[in-house]
Amino acid sequence: MNEALLIAGMTLLTFGPRYLPLALAGRVRIAPLLEQALRFVPIAVLSAIIAQTTLVRDGQIDANPGNPYLVAALAAGVTAYWSRQLFATVAVGLVVYGAARWFL
Amino acid sequence: MTPVRLFLTGARDTLPLILAAIPFGIVYGALAMSNGLSEWATLAISLFVFAGSAQFIAVTLVASAAALPVILLTVFVVNLRHMLYAASLMPWVSGLPQRLRALMAFWLTDETYAVVTNRIGKDPELTGLPWYYCGSALAMYGNWVFCTWLGITVGQQLPSLTDWGLDVAMVVAFIGIVVPALRNRAQWACALSAGTCALLTHDWPHQSGLLFTAVVAIAIGVTLERRAANTARETLV
Repeated sequence: MNEALLIAGMTLLTFGPRYLPLALAGRVRIAPLLEQALRFVPIAVLSAIIAQTTLVRDGQIDANPGNPYLVAALAAGVTAYWSRQLFATVAVGLVVYGAARWFL
Repeated sequence: MTPVRLFLTGARDTLPLILAAIPFGIVYGALAMSNGLSEWATLAISLFVFAGSAQFIAVTLVASAAALPVILLTVFVVNLRHMLYAASLMPWVSGLPQRLRALMAFWLTDETYAVVTNRIGKDPELTGLPWYYCGSALAMYGNWVFCTWLGITVGQQLPSLTDWGLDVAMVVAFIGIVVPALRNRAQWACALSAGTCALLTHDWPHQSGLLFTAVVAIAIGVTLERRAANTARETLV
């Protein structure tokens, strides 16, 4: 494996997709439908990452109530819904996770 | 807010995600070394590429003696979701100099994107967004490079780091960002379908399921939003 080539290639193929839309901003018009779609990106991708990190353990779906990630995620979800506070959500989530690992 | 305050606020708001990234940085460093990469290459990838999941997949492929084009193609596919992120940030960077945009692009990660869109959602008129963005991004970057170095130097002596469960900090922080952003049926449907689809496609190779999920969930959200807008227009008439 040529390490220099690996690093150069990875750098280009990571930076390219990240930079291209930012470089074009203000120079191209985005179609209204595309703009509407892009507003859903944070919700769609973050929800997908939340679901996978919470429920997939070692390549298997673990939805049983003893999964501490699931318990913490539910507690965080309820806290976020009522408080709408990021800090409170993280604090409750971490405490409940610790408790769930300890007791379950 | 002054630029310095914005910068520090950006870094502070990213703290839970930094905590969650620590074991992954260390494990990446240790894994890359044990997979046969040199110390400098392991660190250089974190310094120049700076893409958590793509780095993991790349060094795993290095260990399985995959050909260079295969590794690079995989890295490209894994990074395509960042193109979606960048596209959705377009309205906020159109007035910025290209050099600053390039820096922001280099530092674009799941974590900084989540924190920044959360901030934009709360305060759409925010001026000085680049300061906030760079505060968040530099904190992530510094932490990632430092943890990679830790992984290279002491990683082999720290067994089963991922069992500590620090990634739960990322999960609860993302929940704290997504849930308050759900204000109508289209957004709820988008979130719930994304979660479901991500579970159904979790075993697709190289996170292609994540990309597929994003497309499906966005399509569902847009369809419902358009339908709701049509219904509202009809009741008005």
